[in-house]
Amino acid sequence: MSDPSERLLTTPPGLVRRRRWGRAFELVCLGTTVVGVVFLAIMLVDILIDGAGWLTATFFTESPSRFPSRAGIKPALAGTLWLMGLVALIAFPLGVAAAVYLEEYASRSWVQAVIQTNIANLAGVPSIVYGILGLAVFVRWMFVLTGGRSVLSGALTISLLVLPVIIIAGQEAIRAVPSSIREASYGLGATRWQTVRHHVLPNALPGIMTGTILALSRAIGETAPLIMMGALTFIAFVPDGPRDAFTVLPIQIFNWASRPQDEFRNLAAAAIIVLLVLLLSMNALAIWLRNKYRKEW
Amino acid sequence: MPTIKVTAEGTPALETRDLSVFYGDNEAVKSISMEVPKNKIVALIGPSGCGKSTLIRCFNRMNDLVPNARVEGQVIFRGENLYANHVDPVEVRRRIGMVFQKPNPFPKSIYDNVAFGPRINGVDGDLDEIVERSLMQAALWEEVKDRLEVSALELSGGQQQRLCIARALAVTPEVLLMDEPASALDPIATSKIEELIQELVKNYTIVIVTHNMQQAARVSDYTAYLYLGELMEYDETDKIFTAPSERSTEDYVTGRFG
Amino acid sequence: MSPEDSAKTLRHFDQELDDLRELLLRMAGRAEEQMRSGLTAVKRLDAQAAQQTIRADRDVDALELEIEEQAINLLARRQPMAGDLRTLVAVLKISNDLERVGDHAVNIAQCAKRLAEAFPMPQPSELDQMAELATGMLRDAITAFIDRDVALARNVCMRDEEVDRYNDTVFRLMLSRMADNANTVIPALQMMLVARNLERVADLATNLGEDVIYIVEARTIKHHATEMEGEFDQ
Repeated sequence: MSDPSERLLTTPPGLVRRRRWGRAFELVCLGTTVVGVVFLAIMLVDILIDGAGWLTATFFTESPSRFPSRAGIKPALAGTLWLMGLVALIAFPLGVAAAVYLEEYASRSWVQAVIQTNIANLAGVPSIVYGILGLAVFVRWMFVLTGGRSVLSGALTISLLVLPVIIIAGQEAIRAVPSSIREASYGLGATRWQTVRHHVLPNALPGIMTGTILALSRAIGETAPLIMMGALTFIAFVPDGPRDAFTVLPIQIFNWASRPQDEFRNLAAAAIIVLLVLLLSMNALAIWLRNKYRKEW
Repeated sequence: MPTIKVTAEGTPALETRDLSVFYGDNEAVKSISMEVPKNKIVALIGPSGCGKSTLIRCFNRMNDLVPNARVEGQVIFRGENLYANHVDPVEVRRRIGMVFQKPNPFPKSIYDNVAFGPRINGVDGDLDEIVERSLMQAALWEEVKDRLEVSALELSGGQQQRLCIARALAVTPEVLLMDEPASALDPIATSKIEELIQELVKNYTIVIVTHNMQQAARVSDYTAYLYLGELMEYDETDKIFTAPSERSTEDYVTGRFG
Repeated sequence: MSPEDSAKTLRHFDQELDDLRELLLRMAGRAEEQMRSGLTAVKRLDAQAAQQTIRADRDVDALELEIEEQAINLLARRQPMAGDLRTLVAVLKISNDLERVGDHAVNIAQCAKRLAEAFPMPQPSELDQMAELATGMLRDAITAFIDRDVALARNVCMRDEEVDRYNDTVFRLMLSRMADNANTVIPALQMMLVARNLERVADLATNLGEDVIYIVEARTIKHHATEMEGEFDQ
């Protein structure tokens, strides 16, 4: 007869079978991950091979040209930076204010529920719809204010696009502030505004900013709405002010990629690298912010 | 139900008259009339769900923050009904302070925690002095006086709770409400808080909710026993714990149910 | 729904309280038995019965110690409140009083021994009646404790007056006998002592009654304001 204490330590047969299924599942997950990563890697490597050699000084200082060796992304890069800057300026305050209102001030009525649902839906609307809207409202109807097909119109359009994302992220961040902090603040005789200003917003801000940066990094790649509302594809100047005409990196990439010559495809790859670097930097900033201000409640 | 009066001198600090609280259709507090005497400690005891937390939150209108809560009846403080239309709940909460069950210091420095109340209420006076005085009253000054700029979250649980008490005292309330202030603390921290309460009552009126009967017996002058939203018995603590009048009270206090 | 309707938790403490009560009743039974044998020894001048009474006191004392230890344990461990607290405190007092009943029974037995060796003298009927009354009071007080019968407890307290009167009567009777005949001094003195001890037992029974009232009604009453510190001390 085996020692009773020994029996405790051996694996019963049922457990062995369960472990096998577990391993199988683990391998399937690993496999699919690997497949995805492999394809991404192939894509990145391909782009790097094609474009790395074209990242010269000229590339950053010149405007697009018929001659690949003299073509550059200066206007497109400037346009992208202008656009992102304006979008941040417009969408961030609007989004935060809306999130604060919806979470802290609005009473839980059916109206609020309707608004909430609509915001969630808007986040999923195809971006080209925003392009059509932008064309009709900002470019044509508000022509006097925006100057027609300008960076401002583009920024307003893209702001509308990312606003739902910022609002939802903002609401999440505000909700994450524990109600015990609010209670403590009210208990001391603070008004709602004082509580929001001194406790809710400061503690939600890291989360809000992370959400905003992530929203912007989505916006940076938007092409269709901007084409719709008239960003030019072949300009040789940097925008002077918000009411100027403009172009952006994705449009430039699209333009170059659709040309037959190989060199233009390489230029497109190089521009893609620039775009990716911008994206990665923004995401890294978001992650750094999140880690720095992460709180243990 | 007639007001249950406890024999104490002078006008009561707080008085409720037919106070009821409804969450939707559910009547959580059923027409309670009672007086809280000045400079005494009143304990509210009863099994879970008896309405003691809801009741204490009526005293400083914290129930206003709950969306579907409806309050009927009156809470009289300094001769005025706290729930009258012209009364501003913000001002009420300055005069009637609250300490919560789980210590909830702000994620700021110790100094800023205590200074928050006076700052937002526009209290005149030397802020340093106010902070020191409050921390001394809360028996925390000696332990933190050299590190006021340290984050409050680095203090132990018991210290954090004393900080929350100091924070509440900084706006010089008249009444201090404590909703199970020691239930999240270890026994030594608990007994420090209990000692503190018995010191504070010399200058403040204190109402404390506790689910720990021995604590109510140790600390309070008067005890109110609630069951399912009703005030079953309210009397001197000695009487409640040696010879209660109601059968229900006796059963709860001897641990036979609840 | 009132709390009486909802299920009450039957606690280990309830069992422990019951056990303690059992112990107390056992002690009460022993004390009553002691009284009975002591009084029998007096009536029949039975030296053996007297010896039995004296020996039995050891058990009663041991029971008192045990009850005291249990009660203090329960006070420390269970932190009783309200009715439970009063019961525990009363149990301590009652066990104390029952121990003294035992001591008085021993005194009576010792009187019996001395009577057996002394000049033979007829015992007054009043002493018999007094013994009946006192032991009756003790029995009823214990019954009142078992049944939580406040009316019976009050009744016991009322009878104390009668016992005191009997004590006076026996006292005067014995005095006159001693005056008549010098031989009767020793036996008469013993009779007086027996009466005195019976009076004390009646007082202790009254205490028991008051303790019962305290347990049930939470009221403390004293049946007379001053205790009569008698002419003879034992």
